[in-house]
Amino acid sequence: MLCVSNLSCSRGDRRLFSGVSFSLQPGQWLHLEGDNGVGKTSLLRLICGLSELDEGQITWQGQPVHQCADEFRADLAYLGHQLALKDDLTPLENLRVDAAVSGVHLSAPQAMAALAQLGLRGREHLPVRVLSQGQKRRTALARLQLSRAKLWVLDEPFVALDATAQNALAMVINEHLSQQGLVLLTSHQAVKLGGQGLTYRLTA
Amino acid sequence: MSAFFAIVQRDLVLAMRRKNEVITAVFFFVVVAALFPLGIGPEMNTLRLVAPGILWVGALLASMLSLGRMFAADHADGTLEQMALSPSSLSLLVAAKILAHWLLSGLPLVLLAPVLGLQFDLSASALWTLTLSLLLGTPILSLIGAVGAALTLGVRGGDVLLSLLVLPLYVPALVFGAGAVQAEISGLGASAHLSILAAMALVAAVFSPWASAASLRIALES
Repeated sequence: MLCVSNLSCSRGDRRLFSGVSFSLQPGQWLHLEGDNGVGKTSLLRLICGLSELDEGQITWQGQPVHQCADEFRADLAYLGHQLALKDDLTPLENLRVDAAVSGVHLSAPQAMAALAQLGLRGREHLPVRVLSQGQKRRTALARLQLSRAKLWVLDEPFVALDATAQNALAMVINEHLSQQGLVLLTSHQAVKLGGQGLTYRLTA
Repeated sequence: MSAFFAIVQRDLVLAMRRKNEVITAVFFFVVVAALFPLGIGPEMNTLRLVAPGILWVGALLASMLSLGRMFAADHADGTLEQMALSPSSLSLLVAAKILAHWLLSGLPLVLLAPVLGLQFDLSASALWTLTLSLLLGTPILSLIGAVGAALTLGVRGGDVLLSLLVLPLYVPALVFGAGAVQAEISGLGASAHLSILAAMALVAAVFSPWASAASLRIALES
């Protein structure tokens, strides 16, 4: 489980947020709400370990994350504003490189099946550069689906997706939750997911 | 280790799909090395004297051309973030990127150097020493360059800053690399110079991935 206590974040002299505390159990998802610029993305990056913690503590499976950084990173999948896709590689190649970097063996049929499930059949061998914004996001979602991570940290995952893709994403997340996964997401829209959902409103 | 080879392979595939970046560096080296004999004139003794320095400076500038892009593309599309968050150590992945950079911008120069050396009327043994000194020296350029590229990542006008930062650090490699060829020509033997180059390459190979990874984490914080 993930436990966040008394987190704060400053940018220069300006304090974005302070005293953020919540905990997340397996099978639960947390919707992080807040106005533009309140620091949702900063909070997610702080939790992932992309920024240095100045106050507060984050624990994963009962241990502070700085003590079990490698285990935590193996359990973590992060989808940010940037999709981390290489424009000159095909979706299939992108998925296979990402799997190898995160130490997972991914066969071509597995990757093809995941892409097909997200409606990218027939696009597997096109360079990502020629795909539409929504199709790129679907490729990134396929990566998420193939990852073995327990904790998913998703920054605005529903942006730029059409209604079918939003449903597909919701299904992918629901499946993850039903396998005792944890999901932490931000969204400006109302989110309907299965499992037990929590909401945390971030204020300045 | 599969993560290491996956990154090397990915960078090589990407470079093959964007050939112009590799070709620019190689062509730059060829043109610079070909311009000097034309400018200096057909005085064999002078050419032989300046050859090691010119070829080494040419190689050094050519390998610097692509340094700025070493991490910039990965930073822009977010793959660097994913690398930092992956369970593999970032130093290992950075080492893979440095190896790919050397294979693309160092190795072609090593292979071309003996051909270009012919224009300067270098003897066979001097050509051999030149190739060997570049083989040991160009990895140093990629390794030191990676630290500079990581430190200047995301900085406006980073390319100029990068050259100011990195060029002074290239001096020892240049001195001993060009010195090896000169020592060979003057009959002193190049083994001492080459040993020092090899030692520098080893030290850089140990520290550079670690230092680059630390600078990349700082660059990712903002």
